[in-house]
Amino acid sequence: MTAFSTAYSSGAASASSRVRPGQTAALLLIAAFLVLFLVAPVAAVVVAAFRDKATGAFTLINFLDFLRTDLLVRSFWNSVSVSAMSVVLASVFALPLAYYTTRFEFRGAAIVQTLGVIPLIMPPFAGAVAMQLLFGRNGTVNLLLGEWFGINIPFMEGLNGVIFVQSVHYFPFILINLSASLRNIDRAMEEAAQNLGSSGLRLFRRIVFPLAMPGFVAGASLVFIKVFDDLATPLLLNVKDMLAPQAYLRITSIGISDPMGYVISVVLIAFSLVAMWLSTFAMRGKDYATTQRGGGGLAKRRMRRRDAVVAYAVIALVLLLVLAPHAGLALMSFATIWSYSPLPDAYTLKHYVAVFSDSGRYIWNTLLYASLAAGIDIAVGTAIAYLVLRTRVKAARWLDYTAMAALAVPGVVLGIGYLRTYYGVTLPNGQALATFWFVIVLALAVRRLPYALRACTAALQQVSQSLEEAAENLGATKMRTIRRVVLPLMTGGLVAGFVTSFATAAVELSATIMLVQSNADAPLAYGLYVFMQSPAGRGAGAALGVIAVLIVGVCTYLSHHIAERDRAAKSETGARRQ
Amino acid sequence: MRLALAAAILAAGTAVVGSAVAQTPNGKLVVVTSFSKDVTDPFKKAFEKAYPGLTVEMQNRNTNAAVKYLDETKGNNTTDLFWASAPDAFEALKGRGRLEKYKPQATGIPEKIGDYPVNDPDGHYLGFAASGYGIMWNTRYVAAHKLPEPKDWSDLAKPAYFDHVAIAAPSRSGTTHLTLEAILQGEGWARGWRTLKEIGGNLREVTERSFGVPDGVNSGQFGYGIVIDFFGFSAQGAGFPVKFVYPTVTTIVPANIAIVKDAPNTPAAKAFVEFLLSPQGQEILFAPSIRRLPVNPEVYAKAPEGMPNPFKFKWSGGGGFKFNSDLSESRGAVVDALYDQLVTFQLAALKKATKAIHDAEARLAAGPNEQAGALIAEARELIAAMPITDTQAVASDIAAAFKGGSGRDKAPRQAEFEQAWGKFAADNYAKALAKAEEAAKLLK
Repeated sequence: MTAFSTAYSSGAASASSRVRPGQTAALLLIAAFLVLFLVAPVAAVVVAAFRDKATGAFTLINFLDFLRTDLLVRSFWNSVSVSAMSVVLASVFALPLAYYTTRFEFRGAAIVQTLGVIPLIMPPFAGAVAMQLLFGRNGTVNLLLGEWFGINIPFMEGLNGVIFVQSVHYFPFILINLSASLRNIDRAMEEAAQNLGSSGLRLFRRIVFPLAMPGFVAGASLVFIKVFDDLATPLLLNVKDMLAPQAYLRITSIGISDPMGYVISVVLIAFSLVAMWLSTFAMRGKDYATTQRGGGGLAKRRMRRRDAVVAYAVIALVLLLVLAPHAGLALMSFATIWSYSPLPDAYTLKHYVAVFSDSGRYIWNTLLYASLAAGIDIAVGTAIAYLVLRTRVKAARWLDYTAMAALAVPGVVLGIGYLRTYYGVTLPNGQALATFWFVIVLALAVRRLPYALRACTAALQQVSQSLEEAAENLGATKMRTIRRVVLPLMTGGLVAGFVTSFATAAVELSATIMLVQSNADAPLAYGLYVFMQSPAGRGAGAALGVIAVLIVGVCTYLSHHIAERDRAAKSETGARRQ
Repeated sequence: MRLALAAAILAAGTAVVGSAVAQTPNGKLVVVTSFSKDVTDPFKKAFEKAYPGLTVEMQNRNTNAAVKYLDETKGNNTTDLFWASAPDAFEALKGRGRLEKYKPQATGIPEKIGDYPVNDPDGHYLGFAASGYGIMWNTRYVAAHKLPEPKDWSDLAKPAYFDHVAIAAPSRSGTTHLTLEAILQGEGWARGWRTLKEIGGNLREVTERSFGVPDGVNSGQFGYGIVIDFFGFSAQGAGFPVKFVYPTVTTIVPANIAIVKDAPNTPAAKAFVEFLLSPQGQEILFAPSIRRLPVNPEVYAKAPEGMPNPFKFKWSGGGGFKFNSDLSESRGAVVDALYDQLVTFQLAALKKATKAIHDAEARLAAGPNEQAGALIAEARELIAAMPITDTQAVASDIAAAFKGGSGRDKAPRQAEFEQAWGKFAADNYAKALAKAEEAAKLLK
């Protein structure tokens, strides 16, 4: 790695020497956005952590209580170890998929990439039931194993169950970001290594993987923090001695006056920031940019026949495992009754008929909200990444940390915060601001900003600064350089960011459920929640879940398609120039 | 400024006009409810048919989120009705002055079902359906594992049920909290907790939401669930292979509706309440996707097969106790926290000790041994032991710590009590495990 650093780091150190007014304006604008829609609402709620329950005076005694409570300390360490193990297992799933589809001539790469994103979209409740029906103690797999071999494998039990489900669920973070990074590595690096006699695993381990580090670290840190802060999966598996579920359980059951729930939230936010800081710290002082010669350097390697067979087998195996929950969801949406049996009793289309009348509105709202939110996210994400990596604006790093803190804010805290802060603010037509549908978009944007931000940062880290300097030396202005050189080179990362934000925003429920005012404004996830509260609504809920997955799948495929076409066009022109 | 003035005049104008035509409700009715779409849709359709000028907007939220939502939006309230099961949610909102008083015109509804008053005595919320608590089970699961059909709570404590039972955490489910209180009040504090912890040792899961239990029983994730009756009946209505039984000690509690303070459309809200309590509205409760017990005894003539009539049922059997809803309300937070600390968060340790006791008892039955028998009895006592008595549960220091502190400097905090109870349970379960294992060795 050091070899590359010295060879290519000439430009990195010499960031622009002065702060431009445009940069300051961008900084203030983003800061205002974050303060208004993240810091202020969260502070309005979390302040309870620092208050004496009786007198309301400032105190830190609640944090001392946290340390003295065995349950919470145990929960903390459980969360740490589960997060770390999830990163390891998620990497095992993501590495082959990312490597084979990006660095080689690989048929169906776009489809594999799309399918690889699907696990991220686990529709609330319906996904959980589907997982249990497949992998649970009395799920399909274990019923069959019991019948054939008399054994029962506890996939979904305890902390190991959480690690398994979280890795299946979140490995796309690594896949998406790592793929974006891998695509940006100059082919010349591999060629040089091959010429010097390196090949196979050694080539991957010593050359390719180190160069893709920005994407891997971006993805891995997201997985770590997300698993640390996630409560859906532990609750699904009924694991309660982890930190995020403890916070959620306390906030939603004991009530708003109890400080301990907010103390845990503060600990979650603080620890996530520390993890984030450590990951940037690990990346500091190294340079990952490779100067591509036009687009020609991105040509892909061909695989030998034997290697190809292995590659397809590995990928098929991984996809089979990670997509099983969605197969279960699809089965559930067509099932009449599915109870304590490997497969449903019979099949029907009536659940799709049941959701048909409502689903149009839900789909439209979901598309509108999720794409607006993801759009805001990549705009803000790119701006923050640029300010952090390319300018001398010191405060920019704080924007980065603040935005990442959103990952650790439980959705319900953000939802309550919005109601508390913006219910009193009325729009010109007399409607409270908190009840305006765009507020749902803002909540989604804030909650999913970290995903886009990490992707944008990784993308920019791989753009060599010498290209920008060249453009500026030729007389291009800063803005023109960004528009014509930086952004086009970041396309892959931007698509990755958009896709992750969009896909996860499309199934968000915890903040949405506090903010949805009427069915006319409700997204799919909310409709699904409404169905999944009764025995007869299970199939209908699953049907809505399948629709959500299909929508996100199609959108993801289209984004990859566009990105691929874009890249193909670039490498053609690049090749022609040579 | 001019615009604001114009708006104010306009608003005043509509207010006058509004009160003039208040007799025929129209416009939009906003209902915040914890009920699922399957429950609310039939009512929405029938009501909109009866009042063509009205549209009903159902906002489905879980009970806790709904209460929080109503609290947070009180400055600019847009909700007309709050419609949910758990009486304590209504009690909490009433305590904060968020509910409007209303005396319904509907007739034929008795004052009490079992021991529970149908309506809030102060008139802030009204019962529209009755629910009892009991045990539901998946018949396929039970057949596959060759398990018995339970009749009473104490059955669930038997060794055969180990690892097959589920319950929702009482701190998360108002209905489960009432089940707990029914047991604690019916059997008394010490015996009641013994039952609860013996069942606790057999638990497969403590779910974090009420519907998680019937959902899991429907799928066959666990065999038995402690649930409110309509979860069992509506699962049957949907075709799932489940059965439901009322144990002897249970209580019946009304599900409620209330008009929210400063409701934007009070006439429509009143019309909906009257509709819900009318025979026509009450009969809708029999729909397969709803299956709740109406509070009007007359409509039971039209009840579907398998629906019990609570007015002909001896609810508080066993000890013949009276359900004290004030007591349930006053110690609610303490009982829930105790359950969480003693069972929910210590489930692994509790199960391990319980399993060891079951095993030792099985051996004891095969060959009696006085010393081992004594050890097992001690282990059972350790599990049943409680960190506080029922008097302490309502004593001022604990109540104060849970309500927000007494304001005194050295007053103990809720977190300190919880830590102490959790440690008490962990230590006792570890000792119980050791004694049971020692007994098992003697019985080899």
